[in-house]
Amino acid sequence: MTQAKPPVKRSAFDSQFDPAPSTTAAEERVSVATQWQLMWWRFRKHRLAMISGIVIAAFYLVAIGADFLAYADPHKTEAFRSLIAPQPIHFFDEGRFSPHVFGLVGKRDPRTFKRVYEPDPEQKIPLRLFAEGYEYKFLGLFKTNRHLIGVDGGLAEEAIFLLGTDQLGRDLWSRMMIACRLSLTIGLAGVTLSLVLGVLLGGISGLYGGAIDTLIQRVIEILRSIPTIPLWMGLAAAMPRDWGVVQVYFAITVILSLIGWTDLARVVRGRFLALREEDFVLAAELAGVSQMRIILRHMVPSFLSHIIAATTLALPNMIISETALSFLGLGLRPPAVSWGVLLQDAQNIQTVAISPWLLSAALPVIVVILAFNFLGDGLRDAADPYG
Amino acid sequence: MLTYTIRRFLLALLTIWAISVLAFAIIQLPPGDYVTAYIAQLASSGVDVTPEFAENLRQQYGLDSPIWVQYLKWMEQISRGNFGRSLEWRAPVLDMIGDRLWLTMAVSVSAVLFTWGLALPIGIYSAVRQYSIADYIFTFIGFIGLAVPSFLLALILLYLGFRYFDANIGGLFSPEYQLADWSLGKVWDLIKHLPLPAIILGMAGTAQLIRIMRANLLDELRKPYVITARAKGMSEFRLILKYPVRAALNPFVSTLGYLFPFIISGSIIVALVLSLPTIGPLLLRSLVAQDIFLAGTIVLFLGIMTVFGTFISDILLMWVDPRIRFERRE
Repeated sequence: MTQAKPPVKRSAFDSQFDPAPSTTAAEERVSVATQWQLMWWRFRKHRLAMISGIVIAAFYLVAIGADFLAYADPHKTEAFRSLIAPQPIHFFDEGRFSPHVFGLVGKRDPRTFKRVYEPDPEQKIPLRLFAEGYEYKFLGLFKTNRHLIGVDGGLAEEAIFLLGTDQLGRDLWSRMMIACRLSLTIGLAGVTLSLVLGVLLGGISGLYGGAIDTLIQRVIEILRSIPTIPLWMGLAAAMPRDWGVVQVYFAITVILSLIGWTDLARVVRGRFLALREEDFVLAAELAGVSQMRIILRHMVPSFLSHIIAATTLALPNMIISETALSFLGLGLRPPAVSWGVLLQDAQNIQTVAISPWLLSAALPVIVVILAFNFLGDGLRDAADPYG
Repeated sequence: MLTYTIRRFLLALLTIWAISVLAFAIIQLPPGDYVTAYIAQLASSGVDVTPEFAENLRQQYGLDSPIWVQYLKWMEQISRGNFGRSLEWRAPVLDMIGDRLWLTMAVSVSAVLFTWGLALPIGIYSAVRQYSIADYIFTFIGFIGLAVPSFLLALILLYLGFRYFDANIGGLFSPEYQLADWSLGKVWDLIKHLPLPAIILGMAGTAQLIRIMRANLLDELRKPYVITARAKGMSEFRLILKYPVRAALNPFVSTLGYLFPFIISGSIIVALVLSLPTIGPLLLRSLVAQDIFLAGTIVLFLGIMTVFGTFISDILLMWVDPRIRFERRE
């Protein structure tokens, strides 16, 4: 690192003021800014991280309003609607704005005897916003049957196929919306648990040092050199088959955090070791501040940002792991709906070759993981605004 | 240097022991045992099973003694080279695993080689030609590699191969060699099939290593000794390869220790998607069927393989990084 670097230089300030006084005004603002303000300014510079943050927020909004965005009952099976290809929405009808979908006609392929569906351009089914559909509880609070899109006076299940249907005739778009919930929250739950374990054990390790530190470090090393997927598979296979969705969910969370905590513990320990030598900690000690207060009031705030960054970077691994386990049939199981459960249908390459839309759940997985990685990178850069 | 090697070796032994306990514990966790599953299977096919028969089976397989006795028995048998019999396939576990273990190792090692062989030159190139178009392209590919889980990548590639090239890219052998005995032709066939799984498995690791290498080398290139060497007229090629690359290599090697478990892990699930005749599909099946000796042995072998790989990378690191070679314990 080069010395005597001006702390922050920002174009937003330069454009606001004349060049000469701007530096002093900017410098003054910088010198009185709090640590969190400095971090926010630095984070804002990382454009990709900003965009990723917005993308992630959007995903969580989808998870909250999943039932509203879905238009078909995600659990309702219908053999007559098996494996329908995605159908687009047509927005204009003879130059007039009137969103509609074509009706589908089911036929038998004369050569393969497979049931195929063809859109019939003569049969136009108009769509409308905030239409009525299946009943659900919004935010678990009140019952409603309004959905973002639907069909006037008919069943949306029979008309709209934005992403097609699966083998059992369930609408893939609606299922994907609902799947956001489990897939996005299981990562959060897993990361929370690993965070608790990581901060506790990493903190003890960094604070006390000596034999306890060595022991915890060896345990971490051993855990990290065990190939995780066989371990997870073993643990997941050990779950009783008759467990309900909620029990499986928590079991998976625990399984995921079993390895996840080691990374966070390392970060916490490293920060503890570094901060223990800092002057301000020594000053506080000399002033007679109690150890608990030094930790909570002086040390934790200065490495909180690092922990947030490390947590964000740990999240995508959790999401990948859940998807992988569910894909293998060892994680969440139907009737639970998660991206991994949806991808289970795509396990067989023959099926995928005929109905490639079954792979569509891969897209949100990739986007979310990418976004979390960028966001974590940005947060990590911003975590140390004085560096 | 010797102390370091010994310490690493002891840690490796400790890890293997921990893995053996974990492997055994995992297999014991599910309610019921193999006999319960076997009897359910017999009952569903219409065979009447008496309780005495079940009891006999349990005794025969030693399933009626306490868990720790079963563990000790298992360990004792292993130390004699007897890994038990697969309860489901009624064959010695070693026969079941044999070829599959070697193939798993072949796939994993080639994935590691691929990761290294690609990440090193690309990382160096990206650092030396920072912000060039190629640098941006590699960075982009790297991010994609990081974000797409290997089994999804396998699925997508499998689909693309099926759809546009009308070829099944799964498997490790051409049909004519699938059941053939080992021969030079079969080995060559294997080598021809290895690159794809290796690329799929190595993608995420490669992406990570490129970024590490690039960042490290960028830090090194800004140091005064590089400028001095350049001012003295050293050729650019030697200038970069001789010192900065070597210095930047340290953290690079140290990540290998975690690369190996990561790749072995990934190979299990990718093998299922690509239907590779490796150990992954067998493990899944044995876990579902509660075939305890088979599953236990597989987890144990995978663990030992990983620990061994990590140990080798530790020794490599010591060889590359003098700071570790002369480390003094504080």
